[in-house]
Amino acid sequence: MKEITRAAIAIVVVCIILFGVNKYLNQSSGNASSDTLTIFNWGEYIDPDLISQFEEESGYRVVYETFDSNEAMMTKIEQGGTSYDIAVPSEYAIEKMKENDLLQEIDHSKIPNLSNIDPYFLDLAFDPKNKYSIPYFWGTVGVVFNPSLLDGQTFDSWESLWDPSLEGEVLLVDGAREIIGMGLNSLGYSLNSTDEKELLEATAKLKELTPNVKAIIGDEVTQLMINEEASVAITFSGQAADMMWENEGLDYSVPEEGSNLWFDNMVIPKTAANVEGAHEFINFMLDAEVAAQNADYVGYSIPNTAAIELMDEEVTSDERFYPLEEARENLEVYKNLGLEMLGKYNELFLEFKMSAN
Amino acid sequence: MQTKTTKAFYLIPYYVWIVLFVVAPIALIAYYSFFDLSGNFTLDNYQNFFTSVYLKLTLSSFWYAFLITFFTLLIAYPTAYLLTKTRHKQLWLLLIIIPSWINLLLKTYAFIGIFGLYGPVNAFLNVFGLEETQILFTDFSFVFVSVYIFIPFMILPIFNSLDKLNPSLMDASRDLGASSWTTFSKVILPLTINGVKAGIQAVFIPSLSLFMITRLIAGNKVITLGTAIEQQFLVTQNWGMGSTIAVFLIIFMVIIMIITGQRDKGAYANGKNK
Repeated sequence: MKEITRAAIAIVVVCIILFGVNKYLNQSSGNASSDTLTIFNWGEYIDPDLISQFEEESGYRVVYETFDSNEAMMTKIEQGGTSYDIAVPSEYAIEKMKENDLLQEIDHSKIPNLSNIDPYFLDLAFDPKNKYSIPYFWGTVGVVFNPSLLDGQTFDSWESLWDPSLEGEVLLVDGAREIIGMGLNSLGYSLNSTDEKELLEATAKLKELTPNVKAIIGDEVTQLMINEEASVAITFSGQAADMMWENEGLDYSVPEEGSNLWFDNMVIPKTAANVEGAHEFINFMLDAEVAAQNADYVGYSIPNTAAIELMDEEVTSDERFYPLEEARENLEVYKNLGLEMLGKYNELFLEFKMSAN
Repeated sequence: MQTKTTKAFYLIPYYVWIVLFVVAPIALIAYYSFFDLSGNFTLDNYQNFFTSVYLKLTLSSFWYAFLITFFTLLIAYPTAYLLTKTRHKQLWLLLIIIPSWINLLLKTYAFIGIFGLYGPVNAFLNVFGLEETQILFTDFSFVFVSVYIFIPFMILPIFNSLDKLNPSLMDASRDLGASSWTTFSKVILPLTINGVKAGIQAVFIPSLSLFMITRLIAGNKVITLGTAIEQQFLVTQNWGMGSTIAVFLIIFMVIIMIITGQRDKGAYANGKNK
């Protein structure tokens, strides 16, 4: 009995010490006060040098945290455990966050650098007049492929994916919107379709793709393509840029029938503790030189005209990553279809996945 | 010197634990399963579960869980038997257990490299003049990795029951003229069946809800109930449907527990008293 009591006391003491140490560490890393700025961003989505530069210029201390899906990010902001001052959701997530009243309005007078942004990317349907969000990066969904492993196929059309010669070669991204959307696009329908018949048709078409499917995965795609484990993958443009950076033999194409055009944007959550600092940060990131440096580091396409002028022309004239406006006409932005419809998409995607084996 | 009250006092933490972390979560899951997306009370989720998608899902989950358990048992039983015959039992046992201390995800990621087209397995096959074959993202790789991960959980209970076996029983069986097979099937197996059952429980039940391995090793071509629950909560945000699948998973688990449970109460009590 004595030993048990002693052990119990020891455990309690250790817990108290660990709790104290944890608290001390948190304090020294500073949590939610007026001289810190807490940023919540995707992984590998900013040049870390810019954070130190911003700290120097503004005097704020930056706490930087990352997330790996819009859903996870929203859940964390909704819980409100940490008061994030800046978050970077995608367009459909912004619509949802607006609905749930998680965002605060951005004061444009505090962001003079907004004039650097290409008007094409302003005042879009998901956030009229950019009341709640400022564009950060944008891109497309397309096909990254390895010509040396293929015999001359190009992916100007989604149809090429169904080619029998690609048996067991195609990697798909594990996202219901992306894949069902691709099926819809390949049939010439809108990727925001809510028409039952079109959706079923798209799923049936996707099921025919299954012999060619190698796997349906997430970020592991990057490594597999770099190592030439597969010859074709459906992925996001920025991820494709990463792969092409590592393996110069790869190429990227956005099929002509249409695809997804997406935007990631900076927002200020309702729970922000340092609203002033958040505005300063947004303005800082829109600065031409800063944005150019950031785009060089991250590899995604920026909406910042002034920055594009400063960048290497070889990069910015690459129509695979900076498609011309005419080419963008075939691209569609995801609309928030509501949870009901998202569930439907997901069930169809599940059905497709189950037929993949 | 303990009175009844002090005994009851010591039980309080236990009851608090059970209520907070066992009863309450299960009750919450059951509760959530009766609500649809907009928070209305409904039985639709249950009806939805009986559509072809989810039924197929359940069947395929069971099929893969069965395969995994079968192969794990096939390897674990002889291994456990040999272990009891070795001189440094505890050392060998430790060597088998140590890999289970390593994080599951880490081991899984390692297999992506090992099974890759240019990984060591294919390099090895190349030596024998075989061409590179696709190993990753197949049924084989999925079952292989799962079996690898679950083996310690099957070996341990079987080892324990084999170790407790009185060797003179086997000698007696041989003396009386039984062949090796008869000795095994009539003496060893019946006396260690509880270990086997415990092992099956420890492997089959978690196999039903595997989800990380299905993505990383099977490339989402194998879908289990676990994947479906994860998707419902994280992507679709349909907590009701996710909970409903979880409720069925719990029901399946209870059924398995009953089937593989120790029916012979006397033997159970004996084992416990040892």
